[in-house]
Amino acid sequence: MQRTVFRNRWLPYALVAPQMAVTVIFFVWPALTSLQLAVYRVSPFGDRSTFVGLDNFTKLLSDPDYYASVVRSFVFAGGVTALAVLGALVLAGLATQKIRGLAVYRTLLLWPYGIAPAVAGIIFLFIFHPAYGILPYFLSFVTAYDFNWLLKGWVAMTLVIVATAWTHLGYNIAFYIAGLLAIPSSVIEAADVDGAGPIRRFTAIVFPLVSPITFYLVVLNMVFAFFESFGVIDAVTKGGPGQATEIMVYKLYKDGFIGLNLGSSGAQSVILMALVIGLTVLQFRFAEKKVTYR
Amino acid sequence: MPYVMTRWCSAATTLLLVGALLSVPGPAFAKTEIQFWHAMTGQLNESVNALVKQFNESQAEYEVKPLQKGNYTETLTAAIAAYRQRQAPHIVQVFEVGTQTMMLSGAVLPVYQLMKEQEIAVDWKDFIAPVVGYYSKDGNLYSMPFNSSTPILYYNKDAFTKAGLDPSKPPQTWKQVEEYSKKLMSSGAAKCGFSTGWPSWVQLENMLALHDQPFATKRNGFDGLDAQLQINQELGVKHLAQLAAWQKEGVFSYGGRRGDADPKFLSGECGMYMQSSALIGGFTKGATFKWGTGQLPAYGTPYKRATSIIGGATLWVMKGKPAAENRGTARFLKFISDTNQQMWWHVTTGYLAISNSAVKNLETGYHFKKNPDQYTAFAQLTKGTATPNSQGIRLGNFTQIRDVIEAEMENILGGKKTAKQGLDDAVAKSNDMLKEFAAANKQ
Repeated sequence: MQRTVFRNRWLPYALVAPQMAVTVIFFVWPALTSLQLAVYRVSPFGDRSTFVGLDNFTKLLSDPDYYASVVRSFVFAGGVTALAVLGALVLAGLATQKIRGLAVYRTLLLWPYGIAPAVAGIIFLFIFHPAYGILPYFLSFVTAYDFNWLLKGWVAMTLVIVATAWTHLGYNIAFYIAGLLAIPSSVIEAADVDGAGPIRRFTAIVFPLVSPITFYLVVLNMVFAFFESFGVIDAVTKGGPGQATEIMVYKLYKDGFIGLNLGSSGAQSVILMALVIGLTVLQFRFAEKKVTYR
Repeated sequence: MPYVMTRWCSAATTLLLVGALLSVPGPAFAKTEIQFWHAMTGQLNESVNALVKQFNESQAEYEVKPLQKGNYTETLTAAIAAYRQRQAPHIVQVFEVGTQTMMLSGAVLPVYQLMKEQEIAVDWKDFIAPVVGYYSKDGNLYSMPFNSSTPILYYNKDAFTKAGLDPSKPPQTWKQVEEYSKKLMSSGAAKCGFSTGWPSWVQLENMLALHDQPFATKRNGFDGLDAQLQINQELGVKHLAQLAAWQKEGVFSYGGRRGDADPKFLSGECGMYMQSSALIGGFTKGATFKWGTGQLPAYGTPYKRATSIIGGATLWVMKGKPAAENRGTARFLKFISDTNQQMWWHVTTGYLAISNSAVKNLETGYHFKKNPDQYTAFAQLTKGTATPNSQGIRLGNFTQIRDVIEAEMENILGGKKTAKQGLDDAVAKSNDMLKEFAAANKQ
């Protein structure tokens, strides 16, 4: 790689300054603020605060509810990632076939990504709500099973996973279409000549060749599911029934903004941040080895 | 150059003149603005706007600016954030569960004090007791009762007729609720017997009060911050176990928190519905069938019948505003407490009129005779025996506690936990939150 040498000592700093400013103002500063909040007990209106050391953390770590929400977050993030990444791979595979109206299909597949999570949540709510949704009404003709996710936790969890995965599908598809189109057709034709069927061609050639994209998408979808799934959950289940869909980021919001317990909320955001950083590092250390870059 | 100057000057003069002309109809500019944040949506939002308009047109000095800030929780959160930025509104509407938080916040100017400072006389004695009691400390009113309601029973008269039930007789006991529900279901008049809005408020807070059972120690929290929940006692467990059993049979059909279950009644799916009396206005517009109201059902002996408790919201005055602006706030609060205004508000929205004189006027004006449904709530609130258990509930972190209770109710109704286990868990978690609140508000 070529090294760029700047004559002016300050120019390189000036050039990265805007990006640094954005990072500091929107990422580092809030992160430090929550770190500070995490060691205080603050009254709701913020006029009284007491330093409590690690009290907020010890309270959380001795609360079985908190562990339950951590486990739930992994189930949720795992479900969303698996569904959004695998679903995208299949759909992108279909959208790279030689079919009529391809451009239309591709455009339609990308659309869900343009929908804000909260709006997606409302759409799912209107389709699936047991009291006023359209789908439960039709389902009641087909099966006697009551899919009332206002009371059945696993139905609610499935619903928010599907809704969240759906919002992120378009993004993943875009990456996969690009990846699939970049595979030289000569490689696939060679395998074809060697007698490999479609499944073999996929497992032996296509999948390894798009593995860097898969890896990138898994990391990104995980982070997305941990942090940005708030909108869907708030619109659809609000963490319920019981606490069945109360994942970490939602519990953090509820404790901080509804419960007005800013100290605990701060501590939770610090733990969440640490957890996601750790997870990403782990993924890079172990999963990346299995990735074939060209 | 001079020519250009003149042109420029004349242009400037013209601008100035235009500006002066524009500002002529401008006593409007001199009006003191009073920011009023609230959480009333839909039909109620329009009623608030109409109310404010009446006030603004009734005098020339102040202009109240209403602003809808989302649901109750969001409005409170927004007000807190604004207060921390020193941008608080003058008046903020806070729901009843936020009362303790507001009282101890150190961020409010108690209403009785505001009125005293501004020397505006209000006859507090004329206000109806269950409402004033909920929002007073040491006999002094802290926030202005604005929209108060209490849960009542709504029932579908058409469905009752179809099921062979007397459409003029709503059930009075839980036994009748079960019996009527089964008739509604077996006759095909409705798919489920009944549903409920605001699960904790209706099925626990009010059920316990109505049966003269405590919700928490220390007179439901009125006597100190170290109160503990008592919802896992005999009646609470019995009622929740009963609801869970009925949920399985379809007699009861859970429809979610807040007003999420409203469509179950409006669509005719459930024949009966327990929800705030403030829904009368909405149901009058939205229901396509004949319906009536009754008081909440009770279990009867051995329980004594007490009154139900109120819900809804009050208006809090934020402190730190100049006296001249506080004067406008005080005048607005005085305005909404006037008898005529109270009557208008009640008739328009279905919320309770909170002064005895307004209730009396409504009675003598035959309003209740003509609209018996609007009387149900008053009867339930005033005709039973008021006891310490039925005067209300005052707990810190109550928003969060209600959330915990409703989560556990869902666990119970979904069959994940027994009634006893679920309520025990709710009590344990809530008591931790009460402790947390007491620690954060040490005086």
